[in-house]
Amino acid sequence: MNELPLIQTADLKQHFPLHKGLFGGQGPVIRAVDGVSIDIPRRSVLGLVGESGSGKSTLGRAIMGLSRPTAGTMTFDGIDMARASSSELKSLRRRMQMVFQDPFSSLNPRMSIAETLSVPLRFHNPGLSRSRRKDRAAEMLERVGLPGQYISRFPHEFSGGQRQRIGIARALIVQPDFIMADEVVSALDVSVQAQVLNLFGRLQRDLELTMLFITHDLAVVGHISDFVAVMYLGRVVEFASTRELFSNPRHPYTEALLSAAPSPKSANRRKRIVLKGDIPSPLNPPSGCQFRTRCPYAVEDCSHEVPKLRELSPEHKAACIRDDLSLAPATQQ
Amino acid sequence: MTRVLTVENLNIGFRSEGRELPVVHDVSFTLEAGKTLALVGESGSGKSVTSLGIMRLLPPPPQSRARGKIILHSDEDIDLLSISEARMRRLRGDRIAMIFQEPLTSLNPVYTIGDQIIEAIRSHRAISARKARERAVELIDQVGIPDAAARLTTYPHELSGGMRQRIMIAIALALEPEILIADEPTTALDVTVQAQIIDLLRRLQAETGMAMLFITHDFGVVADIADRTIVMYAGQMVEHGQTEAVLETPLMPYTSGLMRAVPELETAGLNQGELQSIEGFVPNPASLPNGCAFHPRCTHTLSGICDVPPVPFEDAGNGHLVRCKRWQSILENAE
Repeated sequence: MNELPLIQTADLKQHFPLHKGLFGGQGPVIRAVDGVSIDIPRRSVLGLVGESGSGKSTLGRAIMGLSRPTAGTMTFDGIDMARASSSELKSLRRRMQMVFQDPFSSLNPRMSIAETLSVPLRFHNPGLSRSRRKDRAAEMLERVGLPGQYISRFPHEFSGGQRQRIGIARALIVQPDFIMADEVVSALDVSVQAQVLNLFGRLQRDLELTMLFITHDLAVVGHISDFVAVMYLGRVVEFASTRELFSNPRHPYTEALLSAAPSPKSANRRKRIVLKGDIPSPLNPPSGCQFRTRCPYAVEDCSHEVPKLRELSPEHKAACIRDDLSLAPATQQ
Repeated sequence: MTRVLTVENLNIGFRSEGRELPVVHDVSFTLEAGKTLALVGESGSGKSVTSLGIMRLLPPPPQSRARGKIILHSDEDIDLLSISEARMRRLRGDRIAMIFQEPLTSLNPVYTIGDQIIEAIRSHRAISARKARERAVELIDQVGIPDAAARLTTYPHELSGGMRQRIMIAIALALEPEILIADEPTTALDVTVQAQIIDLLRRLQAETGMAMLFITHDFGVVADIADRTIVMYAGQMVEHGQTEAVLETPLMPYTSGLMRAVPELETAGLNQGELQSIEGFVPNPASLPNGCAFHPRCTHTLSGICDVPPVPFEDAGNGHLVRCKRWQSILENAE
């Protein structure tokens, strides 16, 4: 049962120096990701939510190995990415794939779909013949719900939802174990969004994929994820199984996010907590708990030290010192 | 109930490859003082084109052509489609104002916030620079930005997205317009900021009594802000009624389909299976399906009925209008 999680990060930090100080000293530093330790169990979907500037995309990039973390480790299937040899890295890169937000800018307009889908194959399966690659591309296209004969078409001939399917096909064609999907349905209309979400769910189950699903949309996260991590200013403030997070939030920021998400059904209308102000600058975050400047429950003690992400029950961690709160869930029991 | 705007049989077409492509068909509605009407639809539904048509911000003929009536009620009725551009320019901003989705591209990056608010005021009112400046401070304060006087000298890039949208609202409200058209004003914002902006708009509406036309694709936002709701599909109004009625008992299969396609927070993590998506996509305006424009994607379609025009916009009772020939039998089967 106690299987090693596919993805493990330990105190992962990604800091960006803004500019060198005068005389070459250390200038101000943006702490985009500031000590994140999360596990993604095999064959499960972790939803990562947070507002713009929370560091969720930066964390995603660090997990993918697209940036060198400032500190901490990122382990994929037991392999420390920072210490992996170049051949190990090459195989890791096949096993971890990404799908992007914008289906318009993430496909090369001059490449036919067959070419687009062949590029990753040429790199990762160099032994395949040209015609085999084309067959694989057509198969993959059908797998994502598009007719196989579309492979000779170009991106401009497709709608946004169809392009997103092509982006998914490109990620899956090298048979990865892990997919990072960064805001993949945000640019789509709701009816198309549902189609793409269903496709993700189906593929994840059928291919037993592990997924990191980054989005700002709580309803989407609630639908697709097994676990949810909530980020605020570079830190994970709450981590729980999806049902637990939505029915029993333990961090005031999670409560505020849940309450701010508008619901069309009046029966589901919740009392709305309107937070004051904006997310503070990561250049100059507040002392202690970073959420305290906007938190309706902040007390004196919140400014003293950074609250740790504590285990409150199995499958539930939160970084808030106020255990006395009873926060409003998104659900009526 | 004071009517401030009546739109009657608005048709808008764009010129494409030598012929006119109709994108808005026979849209009619009224705006009332102190009330909000939501226009809901997916991309390509014609909701934004309708709002730009009211503001006369579409390219001039022959590139685009608007027909019908857009009547601004005041001491005398003014048909916005028949007045000169010079007269329209005087009304725009003064009587009808508009805010857009992306506040960064709507603000000029090389002028300060103060300059831009003051310009909006002084281009319509003959008042001194000092007076205009005082009014600008008052407006910034009114939209909930602290330290208003100091903000006058800041540039748009120094503000967050939510702050910029507040500034856009301040500019729009500078001349106390009777009508505010808001085109997806919260779509680019985070949920917690979206909640702030919706609260702000509701408060300002209560204070000023302005009418709002709110364009969005999000039924959750509609529930929060709108008194009445119009659902648009392929350039047509397909459902229109009190927001409560439209959301609780949607009669048009497209409306209920859209609502079911959105995952619910309440059932998060319950493994509710697949979302009910609407298969296919929005039709091309150049080749709309015969009869009901939605029938090729609808699960209730009966051939010989749904694909035969005309499809009237019927009153289902209490002013709840629906463009579906089968709404009655669908409703009966559901019960």
